[in-house]
Amino acid sequence: MIGKLVVENVRTRPVPTLLSILLIAVPVTLILILVGLSHGLVNDSQRRALGVGADILLRAPSSNLMSMSTATIPQELIPKLLTFPHVVAATGVVTQSAGGLLETVTGIDPAAFNRMSGGFEFVEGHTFQKPDDIILDRYYAEQKKVHAGGKIHLMNRDWNVAGIVEPGKLSHIFVQIGVLQDLFSTPGMVSQIYLKLDDSKNTDAVVADLKSKLPGYPVYSMRDLVSMTSVDALPVLSTFTHVIIGIGVLIAFVVVCLSMYMAVLQRTREIGILKAIGAPKIFILQMILAEALIMGFGGTVFGILLSYGTRALLHSLVPSSLPQAVVYIWWPISGGIALGAALLGALYPGFSAAQKDPIAALSYE
Amino acid sequence: MSDPIISIRKLRKVFRVGEVDIEALRGVDLDVPRGEFLSVVGPSGSGKSTLFHIVGGLTPPTSGTVLVGGEDLSKLGDEGRTRLRQKTVGFVFQKFNLLPTLTAGDNIEVARYIAGNRNGPDPEFLRILELLGITHRLNHKPNALSGGEQQRVAIARALVNRPAILLADEPTGNLDSENSAAVLGLLRGLNRRLGQTVLMITHNPEAAAYGDRIVRMQDGRIVA
Ligand SMILES: Nc1ncnc2c1ncn2[C@@H]1O[C@H](COP(=O)(O)OP(=O)(O)O)[C@@H](O)[C@H]1O
Ligand SMILES: [Mg+2]
Repeated sequence: MIGKLVVENVRTRPVPTLLSILLIAVPVTLILILVGLSHGLVNDSQRRALGVGADILLRAPSSNLMSMSTATIPQELIPKLLTFPHVVAATGVVTQSAGGLLETVTGIDPAAFNRMSGGFEFVEGHTFQKPDDIILDRYYAEQKKVHAGGKIHLMNRDWNVAGIVEPGKLSHIFVQIGVLQDLFSTPGMVSQIYLKLDDSKNTDAVVADLKSKLPGYPVYSMRDLVSMTSVDALPVLSTFTHVIIGIGVLIAFVVVCLSMYMAVLQRTREIGILKAIGAPKIFILQMILAEALIMGFGGTVFGILLSYGTRALLHSLVPSSLPQAVVYIWWPISGGIALGAALLGALYPGFSAAQKDPIAALSYE
Repeated sequence: MSDPIISIRKLRKVFRVGEVDIEALRGVDLDVPRGEFLSVVGPSGSGKSTLFHIVGGLTPPTSGTVLVGGEDLSKLGDEGRTRLRQKTVGFVFQKFNLLPTLTAGDNIEVARYIAGNRNGPDPEFLRILELLGITHRLNHKPNALSGGEQQRVAIARALVNRPAILLADEPTGNLDSENSAAVLGLLRGLNRRLGQTVLMITHNPEAAAYGDRIVRMQDGRIVA
């Protein structure tokens, strides 16, 4: 019966209810986008890191895991690394920011890189032939709407798109290592070196060996590296998520508080009637809270639907740089946040409705 | 004759509005025997509605004793008055006061639900519905009903929990003479056939004549 009353109450003011649901949906969507992006970026970078096929990564001294390292490792080190026990392949790469959001150009030695990673799977075109040849992965090519044989402007020069490959191997954008070294005047230097072992079981031993023989060089096992690039390792995004959650709670709270306050005022007379026929305070309070729950729930469902919309939008606009994952565990979390805030927002209107003097409420016009 | 269902002594009610005290009731004494149809008349502002609000547990008395079914309302708290409104009294108002979002039937059901009665209509209540002649109108919302029909639904709602007392505050004030006569006839019928105690406020001497007895109020007192 109380359900019928609540449903009829919602139906008599569809516009305020829908507006409230819409407003609650916005922060729910924002939370899901942020969380989805965090997870999407991490998944993507993990997949690409594993796609190299290496067991160990060696970085330049005093470089930090989350920053782009400049090429400061002399490539003479590579033959020396090949003499270490268990090391069967080694390849150096140069990484360079291309300026855009999360766009990194990677300079590779194609022969060594293919030996380690098993080679590119070409969708279009072929491998490097001329110095200004560039290879793109399918995501990035789709995003930039280029095909093999076309041109692309990056790092202040035009490149020939030689080939387009399936994504998942270290980077979205590849050029030849020597070209990138010349371009940035770091001849003979690489940013990082990947090592492949005879058997992955030997990884820990080789990492320890390298650390002792090459002091100052950060050495990581790829396995550890991948588990370190968790969502929490993106501090900016997780802080931002917390801020958005805070704003979301505030929005849902204020929206529901205002909406239900107006509803209670509008229904003063009806509340008086209910009290006159013996409705206790808790009945009135339940009625108001139930309506707020409907708004919170509607906002959550609508927010989830909207997040699929933004996902489709991001995927069609920028497939390579902003992959938005669907993180199901955050549906109940964001829903709980919306419902909790909605309930809190309805408390004051609910209590004020429950406290109303029936005689005054009945004479309210 | 058994004890009166309502027994009021030295009842006073003072409203405080800002700095001013308004004495709505200035010492009311009244006994109503079970099964009586009592008409209450008197000029506007004489305290008739306030008296009903106190007897019906909508507001507490300022002083004096008000025994309703043997229970002293001056000793009841908010919860006790809520229970009184659920079980012991039923209100009928001049403005019908049906919930606009619910059908006539649901308006009646919600009162039953609030009183904690989940058994559905008892045979006697079905007889009341028949007597009121609204059985075929229960699926309509109040705005689809005529004033006379709305007031009959309100009477049904007031009686759904079989209260000892029906309090009707100017029940015909918003009705034309034909519907007024019908509603008054129904109230008297309920009183005669079911022994329902009815207290009715009215401005109209003809309406008052439907009662077994008429009391007149003036300046917060009963004068005759
Ligand atoms: N809630 C209230 N607050 C202040 N004054 C009130 C209130 N209810 C009634 N009064 C005053 O009490 C007096 C009696 O009112 P009422 O009982 O409504 O009279 P009646 O029903 O006979 O017209 C009037 O002077 C009215 O203004
Ligand atoms: Mg009055």
